[in-house]
Amino acid sequence: MLRLHYNLEKLSMGLVVGIIVAASIGGAVEIAPLFTIDQTVEIPDDMRPLTPLELAGREVFIREGCYACHSQMVRHLADEIDRYGPYSLASESAWDHPMLWGSKRTGPDLARLGGKYSDAWHVAHLIDPRAVVPTSIMPAYPWLERSLDASDIGAQMGTLARLGVPYDDARLANAAADALAQSSPDSDGAAGVAERYGDNVAIRAFDGDPSRLTEMDALVAYLQSLGTQTRLPYAIMSEEQP
Amino acid sequence: MTGSRPHERDVDPVTGYETTGHDWNGIRELNTPFPRIVLWALALAFLYSVIAWILLPAWPIGRDFTRGLLGLDQGEMALAGYEKLEEARSDWMAAFADNPVADLAADPGLLARARPTAVRLFADNCAACHGTDGTGGPGFPNLTDRDWLWGGAPETIAETIRVGINSTDPDTRFAQMPAFGRDGMLSREDIVAVAKHVVALGHGQADPDSRGAAVFAENCVACHGEGGKGIPDNGAPTLISGHWIYGGDIQTVMTTLWNGRQGEMPTWQDRLSTAEINILALYVASLSENDGERDR
Repeated sequence: MLRLHYNLEKLSMGLVVGIIVAASIGGAVEIAPLFTIDQTVEIPDDMRPLTPLELAGREVFIREGCYACHSQMVRHLADEIDRYGPYSLASESAWDHPMLWGSKRTGPDLARLGGKYSDAWHVAHLIDPRAVVPTSIMPAYPWLERSLDASDIGAQMGTLARLGVPYDDARLANAAADALAQSSPDSDGAAGVAERYGDNVAIRAFDGDPSRLTEMDALVAYLQSLGTQTRLPYAIMSEEQP
Repeated sequence: MTGSRPHERDVDPVTGYETTGHDWNGIRELNTPFPRIVLWALALAFLYSVIAWILLPAWPIGRDFTRGLLGLDQGEMALAGYEKLEEARSDWMAAFADNPVADLAADPGLLARARPTAVRLFADNCAACHGTDGTGGPGFPNLTDRDWLWGGAPETIAETIRVGINSTDPDTRFAQMPAFGRDGMLSREDIVAVAKHVVALGHGQADPDSRGAAVFAENCVACHGEGGKGIPDNGAPTLISGHWIYGGDIQTVMTTLWNGRQGEMPTWQDRLSTAEINILALYVASLSENDGERDR
């Protein structure tokens, strides 16, 4: 075996072929499973995509680097289930491009955050974390109260639709209007958001002011949606638990 | 390869290893063999990978994957571990799920047993709003005083935790302070007068013959009760204790009167078990035993 390698090293073309073969095996093993990823990861029946406002909030989440300190992945460990809730399923982030599992927890995991705290708490906490959690080391994000630039949400949803996220024509056509309506519960468009995205979408004035669409609205809407897009993780838990 | 000669075996006398057989102006290069231990480690690692392929889930095959002889599944393992965790504490925790909260409150031994769990649950779920010591903050009620929005009996607290206040739960407790100013229910002068009256109530110095008192009697008593002592059935806070949720200065009271308030407490029944809710309710009830004074 070693003698073969010794002789191969002296044959440049032979060595090239050997390297190509070895690298191809490694590549194929990593890439081949992705060809069937659509079948491997089963999307739950009740799964809904992010609304335009939540999607804009996700962009704010990425822009501000929240993922650097907060993971979105409850691992398959008993203690994690005890603290955060049902472990994360692959399907829950199937429509995330890119996924935001994260790998570091300076702050707590956010995968099951939706509905845990009130909107008012999120707003107060984002403007100044120390105002509600005195020992927090999280940075303050007071500039989130500026207006949200919602002009490119439709285009972004179009891109995601090409990647397989179920944004149909009606959802794409109403993207900007839905973003505005979701934070303005008394507006005419609010019913449309529920109709297009389902009843478990939170339609509220997330920052407390329905007249203005802010980045705060978007980010809080996104945070309140985390872990609420499907009930399957909870169903798996309760099936196992008598 | 100038200077190279046809290969011949040439052993270095010092190390005992062969040289490469080349000679560059009298310099020869040792051909030290690859360390045996690394080769063994590589071989063992490869052998282990083969065993792992057979025993553990490994290869994707279209829609499925090879399950492995051990039939391990991370999700099942995690849930089994969680069940073990639940089982380990079931000897005392079951009591919290099965008995009415009022009965549990009468069993100090059980409460002491649950206290570490209560502290952890409170820190994980409640402390973000109500503070690690339960003293709350602007907009988030203090749980260590004896003023309660909906009542401070353990079973009432348990119900509040279960359904929340102004939450998304269909059975939620509902309370709303109307926006007297914004919605034009009171004139600006009336609001200033009643705000002054409310601030005075907090200091116990209210003048019953003032204009503010008259406005208060007409508009506020229905929820906040006679003299502003609060009505827990409505979730309307007392205004005479000197403890405030949003603040008792004239500016904050004016803001409250003008814009109204509708504080939200989330529902916890999907997130916490009955036993956990009961443990928390009893813990929260115990926080107020010193009426706002922290025990040190």
